[in-house]
Amino acid sequence: MRAFLALLSRDLKLAARVGGSGWLGLVFFLMIVTLVPFALGPDLNLLARIGPAILWIAAVLATLIGLDRLFQADEEDGSLDLLRTAPVPLELVVLAKVTAHWLTTGLPLALAAPVFGLLVALSPEGMAAMVATLLVGTPALTFIGAVGAALTASLRRGGLILAILVLPLMIPTLIFGVSAANAAMGGTIPFATPFLVLCALSLIAAVIGIVGAAAALRWSE
Amino acid sequence: MGVAGAVEQVDVEDLACRRSGRLIFEGLSFRVRAGEALAVTGRNGAGKSTLLAALAGQLRPDRGRIRAEGLGDAPLTEHLHLVAHRDALKASLTAGENLAFARDLLGAHRLGPREALDRVGLAHADRIPVGYLSAGQRRRVALARLLVAHRPLWLLDEPTSALDAGSQATLAALMREHLAGGGLLIAATHQAIGIEARELRIERPKASPQEQPSPPDEAP
Repeated sequence: MRAFLALLSRDLKLAARVGGSGWLGLVFFLMIVTLVPFALGPDLNLLARIGPAILWIAAVLATLIGLDRLFQADEEDGSLDLLRTAPVPLELVVLAKVTAHWLTTGLPLALAAPVFGLLVALSPEGMAAMVATLLVGTPALTFIGAVGAALTASLRRGGLILAILVLPLMIPTLIFGVSAANAAMGGTIPFATPFLVLCALSLIAAVIGIVGAAAALRWSE
Repeated sequence: MGVAGAVEQVDVEDLACRRSGRLIFEGLSFRVRAGEALAVTGRNGAGKSTLLAALAGQLRPDRGRIRAEGLGDAPLTEHLHLVAHRDALKASLTAGENLAFARDLLGAHRLGPREALDRVGLAHADRIPVGYLSAGQRRRVALARLLVAHRPLWLLDEPTSALDAGSQATLAALMREHLAGGGLLIAATHQAIGIEARELRIERPKASPQEQPSPPDEAP
């Protein structure tokens, strides 16, 4: 447990220091969300209708920021070898690193969603739904991404391969995230149905992500 | 968690390692007992670092066995320190933070980060980000990691590289202290490491399919 907390706080510290990707995800998120109204024009009804989709696509892309360095940075400077000698299983190492990544990427995105929702003219219910769906949905994105990050840890230009590997796997999360947000804004289905599927996806991704990423790291030895 | 057992001896039998399909060495056998040091020598590319990687559990041996006695439940990887070329230090964290992290991660606490830095003569670098340190200073911070957590087996890859004469003497003193305390030490090196050590020379495997005899300098 102590080793877990040590790794978690080290990664949070690294994200906050110079060269870390602490706020990058959030800024990138803002960029994408701002680009869409410029491209579509000032049609508030249209923006409000596709708002959840824009925010979710932006969240998926913003999660990819920094994901390629999740294990690669540790692989390059030998930290991964140090982590392998720790008295904790590699699965716990993965969980600590993924948690740190989510705390610096997914959580800020979810909390900032109401502010960015203003840019796409979301209704108040829509904003609340965006926060809720991003809060339970972004862990799934990070966990899925961790498997790709572990597989590409020792590749020089792994970032692009990582995106190609994991983006298709993020589609289910995207579908149910957007449909839950739409349902909250007055759809034909109740909010709970897609929302609970989204929760389930996150839980499944947590198991597969941790086990898969640890196996990929062992395999690459 | 992290209870350091006393490793009594490490036995390597007929070890062969491959990297990307290429045979690096084969037929390697040796034994290191508590309180003993082994200096692994050989040409560049002979497989010194590969041997250390295999001992550290990062590389699955192609053939042969690595056994350790006195471990208890934990695997050998939890009883060893590895200081390799890649020093596992984060440039944006200070020397003290790097060591505090290693201490919490590895368990079996010994010295505090400040004391460990003091031992390698870097007490002033406690609050300096490692990125600002010179190569020799970085190496000393990496070596200070040996002191923050107690691990009976030290695997050192070129421990003296980038160190000045004074630091080499300090390192030799640390290694002697470790051995006197019943520790084991395996160092891959080109030059004398400043302490009494048995030498194990790794030779290049012959291209012929016949088995290479194991190196002559076996355990006495």
